[in-house]
Amino acid sequence: MTAATAPAAALEVRDVVVRFGGHLALDRVSLTARPGEVTGLIGPNGAGKTTLFNVVTGLQAPQRGTVLLDGRDVTRLAPYRRARRGLARTFQRLELFGLLTVAENVELAASVRGRRRPGRSADEALELVGLRDLADVRADELPTGKARLVELARALATGPRVLLLDEPASGQSEAETEEFREVLLAVAGEGIAVVLVEHDVQLVMRTCSQVHVLDFGRVLAAGTPEEIRGNEAVIEAYLGAAPGVPA
Amino acid sequence: MTALGPAPAPAPPAGDPVPAPPLVELRGVRAAYGTIEVLHGVDLSLMPGEVLAVLGPNGAGKTTMLNVLAGLHPLSGGDVFVAGRRTNGASAADLARVGLCLVPEGRGIFPNLTVRENLRMAAHAGHDPRAVEEAAYERFPRLAQRRRQLAGTLSGGEQQMLALARGLATDPAVLVLDELSMGLAPLVVEELYGQVAELARRGVSILVVEQFARVVLGVADRAAIMLGGRVTDVGAPDEIESKLSAAYLGG
Amino acid sequence: MDQFLQATITGIATAAILAVAASGLVLTYTTTGIFNFAHGAIGMLGAFAYWQLRFDWGWPAPVALLVVLGVLAPLLGVAIELVVMRGLHDAPEAARVVVSVGLLAALLGLGLWVWPTDVARPLTRFWGNEHISVLGVRLTWHEVVAILVAAGLALGLRALLYGTRAGLAMRAAVDDRALSMLNGARPHRSAVLAWAIGCTCAALAGILISPAIGLMHVNLTLMIVNAYAAAMIGRLRNLPMTFAGAVALGLLDAYALTYLPTDSILLAQFRFAIPVILLFAVLLVLRQDRLRGHAARSTREVVPRPGWSGSLATAALFVAAGVVAAQITSAPDAVAVQKIVAVAIIALSLVPLVGFAGQLSLCQMSFAGIGAVVMAHHGHGGDPVGLLLATVVAGAVGALVALPTVRLAGIYLALATAAFAMMLDLWIFGLRDFEVGPLSISIFGTGSVAVDPIDVPGVDSAHDRLVFLSVVFALLYLLVVAIRRSTFGQRLLAFKDSPAASATLGVNTMLVRLAVFTLSAAMAGFGGALYGGTLGAVSAQNFAFAQSLPLLLLAVVGGIGTAAGALVAGVLVGGLPLLVEVAPWFENVNRVLPGTMGIALGRNPNGIAHQIRVGLAPLRRQPALLAGTVAGVAAVVGLRLAEVLTGTPFALALAAVPAAGGLAAQVLAARRAAGATATEGPDDVPLEWAGIVRPFTAEEVATMDRVLGLERRPEPTPSLAGAPSGVSAPARTAAGAGR
Ligand SMILES: Nc1ncnc2c1ncn2[C@@H]1O[C@H](COP(=O)(O)OP(=O)(O)OP(=O)(O)O)[C@@H](O)[C@H]1O
Ligand SMILES: Nc1ncnc2c1ncn2[C@@H]1O[C@H](COP(=O)(O)OP(=O)(O)OP(=O)(O)O)[C@@H](O)[C@H]1O
Ligand SMILES: [Mg+2]
Ligand SMILES: [Mg+2]
Repeated sequence: MTAATAPAAALEVRDVVVRFGGHLALDRVSLTARPGEVTGLIGPNGAGKTTLFNVVTGLQAPQRGTVLLDGRDVTRLAPYRRARRGLARTFQRLELFGLLTVAENVELAASVRGRRRPGRSADEALELVGLRDLADVRADELPTGKARLVELARALATGPRVLLLDEPASGQSEAETEEFREVLLAVAGEGIAVVLVEHDVQLVMRTCSQVHVLDFGRVLAAGTPEEIRGNEAVIEAYLGAAPGVPA
Repeated sequence: MTALGPAPAPAPPAGDPVPAPPLVELRGVRAAYGTIEVLHGVDLSLMPGEVLAVLGPNGAGKTTMLNVLAGLHPLSGGDVFVAGRRTNGASAADLARVGLCLVPEGRGIFPNLTVRENLRMAAHAGHDPRAVEEAAYERFPRLAQRRRQLAGTLSGGEQQMLALARGLATDPAVLVLDELSMGLAPLVVEELYGQVAELARRGVSILVVEQFARVVLGVADRAAIMLGGRVTDVGAPDEIESKLSAAYLGG
Repeated sequence: MDQFLQATITGIATAAILAVAASGLVLTYTTTGIFNFAHGAIGMLGAFAYWQLRFDWGWPAPVALLVVLGVLAPLLGVAIELVVMRGLHDAPEAARVVVSVGLLAALLGLGLWVWPTDVARPLTRFWGNEHISVLGVRLTWHEVVAILVAAGLALGLRALLYGTRAGLAMRAAVDDRALSMLNGARPHRSAVLAWAIGCTCAALAGILISPAIGLMHVNLTLMIVNAYAAAMIGRLRNLPMTFAGAVALGLLDAYALTYLPTDSILLAQFRFAIPVILLFAVLLVLRQDRLRGHAARSTREVVPRPGWSGSLATAALFVAAGVVAAQITSAPDAVAVQKIVAVAIIALSLVPLVGFAGQLSLCQMSFAGIGAVVMAHHGHGGDPVGLLLATVVAGAVGALVALPTVRLAGIYLALATAAFAMMLDLWIFGLRDFEVGPLSISIFGTGSVAVDPIDVPGVDSAHDRLVFLSVVFALLYLLVVAIRRSTFGQRLLAFKDSPAASATLGVNTMLVRLAVFTLSAAMAGFGGALYGGTLGAVSAQNFAFAQSLPLLLLAVVGGIGTAAGALVAGVLVGGLPLLVEVAPWFENVNRVLPGTMGIALGRNPNGIAHQIRVGLAPLRRQPALLAGTVAGVAAVVGLRLAEVLTGTPFALALAAVPAAGGLAAQVLAARRAAGATATEGPDDVPLEWAGIVRPFTAEEVATMDRVLGLERRPEPTPSLAGAPSGVSAPARTAAGAGR
């Protein structure tokens, strides 16, 4: 794909640095995500993937670097303002509103979007992830796997331009992961830029058009899944001969 | 005599091996949240020194079953036996002290304690805190670098390592692992299952719940399928693997 | 310069005592997760107990000290943990704080009961006035001891918390109770120990400080607010910073005493407001909290989403009850009932704030007071403009109070509201008329001001007013229902669950908090203006901090997720004093009662209303029985109107009919359930109906014990492989487990 035909990046992260005391969690990390594509972000535990999501969503202020949403600098904006500009995420550790029902969780997200921005209604979002039946269940009663789907539906109901998913398939069985992948591709097909953090390497390799590999806070490699799979450094640091990666 | 070792089997008549009694046994276990019952009579047994994998779709009740076993959730029916003794109603602390160690799903750490303090909590089950710390750092060098950090600020995978480190380093008699691989990088998972197999060879009995069926079936001696609050199938791993997709579709 | 030095050294001595109090607070917070509002009350009891032994009974000081600090205070701590806190470890933060508020009220009541205020109780310093000279400044031995104790405590507590196994276990239990048990720790024991130590610290502070401020119940109990300010500088967890805070406070206080002019009306009482002002200053400079994620908990909180039809029926019921009450009361009684309804309106303002958003306000009566004052000055003749103004002013003040804390964790808002209430009590409400620039402000004038009841066409008699107030309550109730059902209500609940997730969905969490606090303050101001009207003349006492506490407490006890809690609070706060007028002996009971009810909350964190709803639920599913019950109630009321049934029998009958209806419904439903599933046996009879349709099974007894918090001794731990149940684990490890 040449630069001329590539759509403008929906999310662009430039040279982000995050330091916790003496520990450099992110070291000049840059990343772009384009509409309509699923961009993978993988790396060993503690590489800085979640920290990068926190920087993008505004929960963690970077020491240096910029975050651009649709070309506009949002580095200093409060989290909720970024969300209103079309940024949505899910959490590695579930963050559902347990006091509310599944339907209310999603309705809340849709109501924040307002009528100005297009997006799914709460019902449509639930339909998409196949959880219509559970609409009236209190969210804190859900088993983990279903809860992950509700988080996805909730993020979708905000009508996002950019969707950050932090280990959405963890705690899901292979069959469930497969269904999840279908949803993901459908969502990307609507022109949403999806960034996927996942340790299920097979899922990442089969779904993403671009994959970035983080290690010790740095971008170790970036490229197509094939390039990444063949990359010695990545195999060494992360992939190993894991059963999830067909050779 | 060990507290939780397999009870000494009565001397078997020569030439006729009596199967060892199970170390952990659930008989008709029922449990509920409020008035909603989610375990409808679970039967399952764990033999000494084996790795037993429990698989099943979301919401089957696996986590609830493990919590009942470890004394965290009350039973509303049935019995739990550990080493031949009924443990219904025994507190989690007592069970921990006699060597039954549960690494819970998700949040297995104290977020406002440092990594080191988290490991040192093992002292309450009678372990030497320093030895536990050493063993943990050896197994997970990442934790050694982060020993003074509050556990709640660790990355998801690091938290899971910390939770597992406690279980693996305290050398329990029965190790119960809920979703071991959750949030861990593939290299780490592979390596951990190697260690699980190794522990089992050394005599630890291991009950592991896992979504990642393929990996765990590689090391398990036996496997069980849990569906809708019951154990529907127990058998050899390859046997179970073939029944698995049907179970998921039906469930 | 001399004066400065004198002030400095006195300040440090005060600081030492504050530090002792504040570190006890930090200790309890770190080891139990409860911000203990009763800390000062415990210190007060300690000081009184010491006075009793040392001065009334003439025991030698060391013995008296030993008994108080070594026996009584720890015992109180153990009792608090066993009786009050045990059931609460998993309850929502609001419920836990409220219980400590209840404890405050109960202990204060107890202190007043045991040691009535009519006796003077001099409590002298240790070693009388003997002193040493430091740099030419007098320093009594008492002060020297205080400084040494503070320093020793600082080191000791740090060592305890961070250097010992017990300290580690206590902190771990706060973080994750279940997990600490999985580690083999015993959180029950840790909690008992934590409370015992916390109470000892409190008693020590009480004994040290009493000679300086006098052995007075309320002053000692509320001295705690100064300690909050110090603890807050240490973010409630950091001991060294807490000590620094105490020093800053002590010095400021001493300098204020030395240098502030005493002749200004505005500043006369200003000194007492210093800690409060410092507290707000600290709030402004504290670093913003990272947005909190979801907290792991296993107690289910219930905040129902009521439907419109049911809510309208309930509102109609409120109005009907008002009409009936107006029919059957004499004019003075009608005024008394008006007060109850007015207090219930104020309490209703807590529902969106506490019930939905999980934020605490300990100054709701202060807002009501502001409303009443505004009404007094601008609502002459019951001018509705006065009511409107009361609402707006209270709301605006509420916004100002909340503004500095919206960035911070919930507990800071609760502390800020307590501080605000104290500031009004100690300073603002005591001010005579004064002018700020062009604005001339009057509050309670010379002590009390008259408030005219709101003027509504056609509402003339006391009875009419009662009906009018019931209608207002019903309307506000519907407003609260509307809030719960709106997306604003969803945001409040969402915020309570996970601020981080709310923010990343686009919810402006600070604005939401500010909005709900403002709304709540405005409602309280509105209610206060009406309440003032029912009182006729209002003074600062009507709206003191001490009034806000039972209001919050009883609203939560009633069930803060719904309007029923507000009704309970209204009946008890507004109604109990009436009972005292009838039966004077009730006064002491009344003092302890709200507190003990707060304690009962520990058994049922969702409140009485939830319990009642569960009890009456089957009735709603049985139209015939429901109609019968309604008819029964109507009949009872009819008999009352015909003056056949009056007084206590009437009240009993009124309560008995719905209760009987509920019970009958349960029995019927149970029959039906049993009939439908006869083949499946007892398992399918819901727990509530078991015992009615058939005897309880052993399992159900166990379940109920669990639900009611009556723990059974578990069956003895398996003494695996024959070892006694307390088998030492090291022995096991040494032997090589399972090998
Ligand atoms: N508040 C903090 N203080 C100190 N260190 C921190 C803090 N937050 C994160 N870290 C460290 O920064 C590193 C990056 O963490 P991050 O959560 O981004 O990892 P991750 O790539 O998401 O890993 P995982 O796959 O395990 O979720 C980790 O080593 C973590 O311990
Ligand atoms: N706190 C709770 N309150 C009410 N119901 C609950 C609660 N926790 C779990 N459940 C219900 O109990 C059932 C079993 O849940 P459990 O967590 O044991 O399943 P699981 O097999 O571990 O699922 P997963 O694979 O998602 O972890 C589910 O249907 C769930 O909805
Ligand atoms: Mg992560
Ligand atoms: Mg589970």
